[in-house]
Amino acid sequence: MIEKALKGSSFYWGWLVFLLAIIAAGALAFIYQLNVGLGITGMGRDVSWGIYIAQFTYFVGVAAGAVMLVIPKYLHHYTRYAKIVVFGEFIAIAAVIMCLLFIIVDIGQPQRMLNMILHPTPRSILFYDMIVLCGYLAINIICGYNTLLADKKGVPCPRWVKPVIYLSIPWAVSIHTVTAFLYAGLPGRHLWLSAIMAPRFLSSAFAAGPSLLIMLLLFIGRFSKWKPDPEAMQNIARTICYAMIVNLFFMAMEFFTAFYSNIPAHKYPLQYLFFGLHGHDQLVPFMRFAIAVGLVGVFFLLVPAIRRNPVGLALATLFVFLSTWIDKGIGLILGGFVPTPYETIVDYCPTFPEITIATAIWAVGAFILTILFKVAISVREQQIS
Amino acid sequence: MKIDRRKFLKAAGVSALASLGGKGAWEILDPGAVDAAEHGGHGHDKAKESGPKTRWAMLVDMRAMTEEKADKIREVCDFAHNIPHWDDPERELKWIWKEEYEHVFPSSYNEYISDDIKAMPFMLLCNHCDEPPCVRVCPVQATFRRPDGLVAQDYHRCIGCRFCMGACPYGSRSFNWFSAKVALEKEEGRKINKEFPVRTRGVVEKCNFCVERISLGKQPACVEACPDVMHFGNLADSESEIRKILRKRMSLRRKLELGTHPMVFYLV
Repeated sequence: MIEKALKGSSFYWGWLVFLLAIIAAGALAFIYQLNVGLGITGMGRDVSWGIYIAQFTYFVGVAAGAVMLVIPKYLHHYTRYAKIVVFGEFIAIAAVIMCLLFIIVDIGQPQRMLNMILHPTPRSILFYDMIVLCGYLAINIICGYNTLLADKKGVPCPRWVKPVIYLSIPWAVSIHTVTAFLYAGLPGRHLWLSAIMAPRFLSSAFAAGPSLLIMLLLFIGRFSKWKPDPEAMQNIARTICYAMIVNLFFMAMEFFTAFYSNIPAHKYPLQYLFFGLHGHDQLVPFMRFAIAVGLVGVFFLLVPAIRRNPVGLALATLFVFLSTWIDKGIGLILGGFVPTPYETIVDYCPTFPEITIATAIWAVGAFILTILFKVAISVREQQIS
Repeated sequence: MKIDRRKFLKAAGVSALASLGGKGAWEILDPGAVDAAEHGGHGHDKAKESGPKTRWAMLVDMRAMTEEKADKIREVCDFAHNIPHWDDPERELKWIWKEEYEHVFPSSYNEYISDDIKAMPFMLLCNHCDEPPCVRVCPVQATFRRPDGLVAQDYHRCIGCRFCMGACPYGSRSFNWFSAKVALEKEEGRKINKEFPVRTRGVVEKCNFCVERISLGKQPACVEACPDVMHFGNLADSESEIRKILRKRMSLRRKLELGTHPMVFYLV
């Protein structure tokens, strides 16, 4: 089945070469980082995690988003999702691989990574994160590959795959819950020390993952012979709408608790992110933009006339994706570190090599996704003819 | 009893799982409870008589502290542990350093407190907490709590994930963003302490209560440098010098509300 990725247009090959070039640049930057140290990044003793970990967090969410198709298809037998659920699973595969890469580039001694297995430590949340992420990757490879292979052969999916598919549902919830627990259990990091961290993570995940899927399906609909079912996409859009409303609602709850209780330490991170603190306001435009596009995205999804228009739908999902990306892929991590334990403010700005490495991991994700989607689209096109 | 390879592996696997699920699973829900049970005390009373016989703690006498002494302490520690100097404060490696009252006690900051206290150079170091969050989060047990309460760091096992830096509410942990060896070589006239390792880049480090010295029965380097300011001793022994001082003098500890039970006391 994988051989289908070897036949493609010049545009397809050109795109892959373009991605490889970015990956090569990132690989060089990573070698530089390995030789010189993580000091080449913008991180420091106060903001000790930066875009690597922030991107990791965001893409765990994108991966978990696939479950929003798996539940209707396999628990409610909603057949309109039958043909597209595999695309969600393939997004999950690419996203989890990106997560693992973001962790590898973030740690100071990647060659000692196996210590995680040699010295398993069940009291560390990172131990569980390793298990759930690797497990989720395996589950999605098994489910995605087998369901697509069955479609190609025109036979029903093997029965042993079913339990694995059911397992993927709680597993998807677990990956983002555990990831939220990485942050939510730390004393003295007030933005993170919130019981709704995991629910917030899940709601934004269920908005972000399916949004990426819709953007890609709209793209596929334009350029391939196989046209994804518009009604199915409308339903995914409804799911995104609900999830995004819940996400924004949760964010509002964080504001209420911090500002009505009036406890300074709880207010500072939110003030830093959304209003600026002691003249430090470099993140304010980003965070406000995230809220604004999030609200516009929800509005576009709520109004049927806009949602049914492909351009309207594309914009709405792009807005939701951007909004959740800024909120979780930038603000959430930095707001946990600022103010510092001394209540001082340290601004973080990623450096050029750091951005190059992060972009290269995006390119790896896009590369894997392109190949997997190429295979899936070829099977779908073959099903039509 | 004959035991073949398969049976042995089975038994080994089961016991490994049991040990993982046993202590490990409990620790995540109630950190410290298992240790406490093993020592026959409550999680918060480890330093008392029912707990271990040794519980190292540090007292910093702020009345005896001066800027000169603070600088001397830092200098002595930097040499003892081969800590290089960086111009960029975000790259700095800090084991013991001075900070103002306002930043040391941000959650209990009292703006009307005496000007003397506001101006004091508080010496900050790892608190060697009784309930160390850094130990809880470390995925490879590179940082661990010894029975004598010392929170130690294994530089050879650390993978550099910096989870401990996020978990430490005191900002006591430093990461080797660059090579310390290169930095030390660049410093003019810098002497290297051959008896202490220079850490590799990409690992986390912090104050170790001079474990290399106390294991030889010596006092930590900072105490030796300024014995009138720094007092090191056994908190578990009710007749120890530091317990006697603590009974007499008013002391402060950082961020007690977080339940980490810091073991560094500031006498004011």
